[in-house]
Amino acid sequence: MPVCALLIDFGSTYTKLRAIDVDGRRILGTGQGPSTVTSDILVGMKAALADLEKRLGKLPRFKYRLASSSAAGGLRMVTVGLVRELTAEAARRAALGAGARLVGTFAYRLTRSDVEQISALAPDILLLAGGTDGGNSAVILHNAAALGRSALSCPVVLAGNRSAADEAVVLLGAREVITCENVMPEFNLLNIEAARTAIRKVFIERIVHAKGIDRAHAEFDQVLMPTPAAVLDGVKLLADGCAGVSGLGPLLVVDPGGATTDVHSVASGEPSVAGVIPQGLPEPRVKRTVEGDLGMRHNAAAIIEAAGLERIAADSRLAPARVLALLDQIRGDVERLPQSAEETALDQALVRASVKLAVMRHCGSVETVFTATGPVTVQHGKDLSNVGAVIGTGGALVHSRDARAVMQMALADSADPLSLRPKQPKLMLDREYLLYACGLLGAVEPQAALELALAHLDPIDTEIPHEQSIGA
Amino acid sequence: MSTKQKVLVTGVIGSDTHIVGNRILSMALEAAGYKVIALGALTPAGDFVKAAVETAADAIMVSSLYGQGELDCRGFRELCIEAGLDDILLYLGGNLVVGKHAWPEVEQRFLDMGFDRAAPPGTRIETVIEWLARDFAARDQRQHPVKA
Repeated sequence: MPVCALLIDFGSTYTKLRAIDVDGRRILGTGQGPSTVTSDILVGMKAALADLEKRLGKLPRFKYRLASSSAAGGLRMVTVGLVRELTAEAARRAALGAGARLVGTFAYRLTRSDVEQISALAPDILLLAGGTDGGNSAVILHNAAALGRSALSCPVVLAGNRSAADEAVVLLGAREVITCENVMPEFNLLNIEAARTAIRKVFIERIVHAKGIDRAHAEFDQVLMPTPAAVLDGVKLLADGCAGVSGLGPLLVVDPGGATTDVHSVASGEPSVAGVIPQGLPEPRVKRTVEGDLGMRHNAAAIIEAAGLERIAADSRLAPARVLALLDQIRGDVERLPQSAEETALDQALVRASVKLAVMRHCGSVETVFTATGPVTVQHGKDLSNVGAVIGTGGALVHSRDARAVMQMALADSADPLSLRPKQPKLMLDREYLLYACGLLGAVEPQAALELALAHLDPIDTEIPHEQSIGA
Repeated sequence: MSTKQKVLVTGVIGSDTHIVGNRILSMALEAAGYKVIALGALTPAGDFVKAAVETAADAIMVSSLYGQGELDCRGFRELCIEAGLDDILLYLGGNLVVGKHAWPEVEQRFLDMGFDRAAPPGTRIETVIEWLARDFAARDQRQHPVKA
């Protein structure tokens, strides 16, 4: 009997299952149920299992049953740092890298209204940073004291100036505090791994219980991580490979979703052209960004605002007034799937705009600075122009009538020569929604997880170009 | 004198790429026992201040070699005050102005802008280290006066 794995994603809308034949590197089947975390998670889980059983005939014995979760609002986090572009930014990146949904980011001294706002946000975890090791301690101590006096009850991950840590723990008072390495131990040195690990640990030990996910514990072994972290782990495995199997090398993944568009990259991001000077905070090799204003359903209006109504209208070949009318329809029913040719055209324009803007914001850019000795090129952010692969995932992209035309929006464009987007990558689609499963399975069987993902990613370079397929 | 290792932020301000002298200075200051946060070439004024806030620096040492120093450093002390670094020690050195000007006049211009010391071309590193020792001693004396 082959070794089988059941991979579960407790999402905000659905409970999704993937049954995997680990030895055969194949998907046995998929199952889906509603998300019932807010009432009783078992209901959705049982429905999904029944759905899977119906498709498979009989459920195999699963050696592994691993879950990730983005249910009940995901892992809601607030980050606090000192200087906005330095420790506050490092804290943000640590939280995003741990798969969190950022609900608030704060810098400098917290005011009384900041603290009230944080308490009202009621995050699952607060990440408190500030100061390099041996550097500024006044601000993190002020903030620890302010939070210590507040009504906030969530665990605090403390990842700031080492010299201030002991005192900060005392000031934070009775709440649970997990102290870890500083997110910026030296000036401009990014060190987010320890904070990421601490956040995941709190998630597994505390949040899974607090959100009631462990009520379904009889149906699975462990909730390993938030779903975005599982995707990021899957992406990292795909890029780097594992002992015995090489990965795809530097790559970028874009995931346009209903509420946000996520972009992941695994690449050093160093300048690809000699003589270019990088500026600003060093970039993490494994990076996740979340665009909170680019969501196909919950933020369709924000996409149109960011991209411009004229552009969306032109791209969908609809009149601007018609775009606005369809937008109202989406607003009234965020679970709506396109039902007419017009709605499909609008969705295509929305997903193209989301992918373009999200990838543009994720990738770095260059600018020319004129100095006394001639022009110098300065780079901000990651240079991803030479990544070997761009992978698209998420329903809006996978179900697009022309995924290639969407994926092309992630690429470098002669109209924006300063943006460091990928130039000539292989384009691939994650049609089976496997990246999260790859990340989960990778925790126990990395080689099988990698080979499974490599076998199921669908290259789309060879598809017939959009223009030729019209009229077919 | 306080026992905490003093922290110095160094860098070349503005659109200036002349890094060699600044790097030598940074190495010499490190050898003299300071903790040096070296920001390198092409550093905007705001980045000196942000680095100093985060690292709780004791002094900022600005280099300018390309003759635009006066323009780049305008408002530097005000920027520090704005960020809560009212009392930070500010040094400046290099080719500070274009053309021939008497040094005392140039020096005064930068002292008026709020710099504590200005160094003309050819200033020896030993001199800078002496200045730092003297200025820090004076500050420590002011903050923690020895009881008579």
